[in-house]
Amino acid sequence: MKPSAGDSSSALVQVRGVEKYYQRGTERVHVLEELDLEVKRGEFLALMGPSGSGKSTLLNLIGGLDRPSRGSVTVAGERMERLDERGLAAWRARHIGFVFQFYNLLPALTAARNVELPLLLTLLGRADRRRRVELALSIVGLGHRLKHHPAQLSGGEQQRVGIARAIVTDPTLLLCDEPTGDLDRTSGEAVLDLLHTLCRQHGKTIIMVTHDPHASARADRTVFLYKGRIVDAIPA
Amino acid sequence: MKFASLIVANLLRRKLRTGLTLVSVTVAFILYAYLSAIRVGLSQGVDVAGADRMLVWHAVSLAQPLPLSYLDRIKRIPGVDLVVHQSWFGGIYQNPRNFFAQMPVDPEPFLRMYPEFLLPEAQKQAWLRTRTGAIAGRATAERFGWKVGDRIPLQTGIWTKQDGSMTWEFDLVGIFDGAKQGTDTTPFYFRYDYFDETRRIGKGLVGWYVVRVTDPDLAPQVARAINEEFANSSAEVKAESEKAFLQGWAKQVGDIGTILTAILTAVFFTILLVAGNTMAQSVRERTEELGVLKAVGFTHEQVLGLVLVESCLLSGLGAAVGLGIGRVLTAAGDPTGGALPVFFFPPRDMVLGAGLGVLLGLASGALPAWQAMRLRVADALRRG
Ligand SMILES: Nc1ncnc2c1ncn2[C@@H]1O[C@H](COP(=O)(O)OP(=O)(O)OP(=O)(O)O)[C@@H](O)[C@H]1O
Ligand SMILES: [Mg+2]
Repeated sequence: MKPSAGDSSSALVQVRGVEKYYQRGTERVHVLEELDLEVKRGEFLALMGPSGSGKSTLLNLIGGLDRPSRGSVTVAGERMERLDERGLAAWRARHIGFVFQFYNLLPALTAARNVELPLLLTLLGRADRRRRVELALSIVGLGHRLKHHPAQLSGGEQQRVGIARAIVTDPTLLLCDEPTGDLDRTSGEAVLDLLHTLCRQHGKTIIMVTHDPHASARADRTVFLYKGRIVDAIPA
Repeated sequence: MKFASLIVANLLRRKLRTGLTLVSVTVAFILYAYLSAIRVGLSQGVDVAGADRMLVWHAVSLAQPLPLSYLDRIKRIPGVDLVVHQSWFGGIYQNPRNFFAQMPVDPEPFLRMYPEFLLPEAQKQAWLRTRTGAIAGRATAERFGWKVGDRIPLQTGIWTKQDGSMTWEFDLVGIFDGAKQGTDTTPFYFRYDYFDETRRIGKGLVGWYVVRVTDPDLAPQVARAINEEFANSSAEVKAESEKAFLQGWAKQVGDIGTILTAILTAVFFTILLVAGNTMAQSVRERTEELGVLKAVGFTHEQVLGLVLVESCLLSGLGAAVGLGIGRVLTAAGDPTGGALPVFFFPPRDMVLGAGLGVLLGLASGALPAWQAMRLRVADALRRG
């Protein structure tokens, strides 16, 4: 069921009146407050803000890894608060690709096996999985590193494997939490190029958290988060 | 099965730790196999004892002989199907350490009484023909390398022969096998008629009687009737079922079964901690990885399953290897050289052991798996 035409069809992600707080003893810690955000289909959005401003929290809410204390998150027409844990997991597997700052590859598995992980949850047969894995790895330029273990790859290469893992299921939305945060300028640049290509040529919608103005310059738009609220610019 | 490589890769990740855990589990199960075999040896024969057989011995003690004349009197008691007598010879073959039971018996009824002793018909006929003939169980025959036709000399300190000699020589005319795995095939039987004629003292006496009843349900009544028959005679008797007799003996040995169970419980508890610790460590150091699995869409239950399968694989493999090695080791037979004539690892305990392996896997994996299941992705990845 597609929502009615208009702005909602172009807005892949709709965050409405979202609040997130954690209970620490008697104290309630507000992380996100009255937050509204829309991300269009095919948009490359950068999310910036000081440490602790709630960027990762927001990303987790959009990716269905966490639930808001109040408000609603809608992605691709699906209201996430309506899904139970199991439904959320299945939804994540289908629609979301995560890229993490520290790559988070499984050290025991080869690059190909790491990329294959999300496909294990699908009904694809072994040959199809293999084909998809090779395709994903060749898109990130690592078609020749199938059998390498993470420890045998450079940081930049590991991150590209991480991106391959994120795109192997052909998800609509890529959520990247500081994907270049742990990389040097050159490798970081390669990753940014890759994300840019994925957005422009493969039509992926990307939300990227970053501390690096150089990285955010590659995005279509930058949103600033400060103390849990979206602001026009970060106060000095 | 597509998750197999994921599980195997995780186990192989810390090869040393996995290996050591595997060895601990394996050793525990070898021990289990051995203790099982020892328990079988100690409760020897209880499982295979005929429910319809009864022992009748001197009311004072098993060492006191009974008159041979009792045979016919017991036979006449209603409910009695068959009666044979047995006696203790207690001879020595070459060396006192070569212990095995030797008994003079009346061959024909004796073989009818013990159908679990499988003796080829030709050998049976030879025994009936040969006054000095004897038969030996397979275990003892193999132990000393005896073959049919051999002469077996036994030294005795009790049974002086008519000619004053203390060495009895028997012609081995047969070797019997056991019908069941638990059948004791260590004894040596020879003919009572030859024995009674040739000995100088104790003529006309036997050690005890074995009585078969027509119906096992009648056993208590028959036992009472036998006791009454010889009440107030010079040699009063006591009748008891074979099973009860053997169990009584097993109790005398001490409640070793309980001790063995206690040892095993302690061993498995230790192994549970070892395997549990391995799994707990492995899950703890993989917190982020498990978080990633959930992030890409694995459900909580799937992650729980992965950890449980992993721990079951670890324990199951250890159990399988341990039970296999235990089986081979116990198949070599009695390690004490005579004290445990029946010594084997029963298939029933093997199945029980396999179940124990799975249980160990579930128990050692339960807590880590539960923690892995409860893990919230956001928290798991925050630590990175
Ligand atoms: N489970 C939790 N319990 C309590 N407080 C939490 C929890 N998770 C996050 N927080 C708090 O929420 C705030 C925002 O955290 P978040 O990780 O979203 O920040 P961030 O903008 O991603 O920072 P960084 O740039 O350092 O990654 C922090 O103050 C953090 O301490
Ligand atoms: Mg963050």
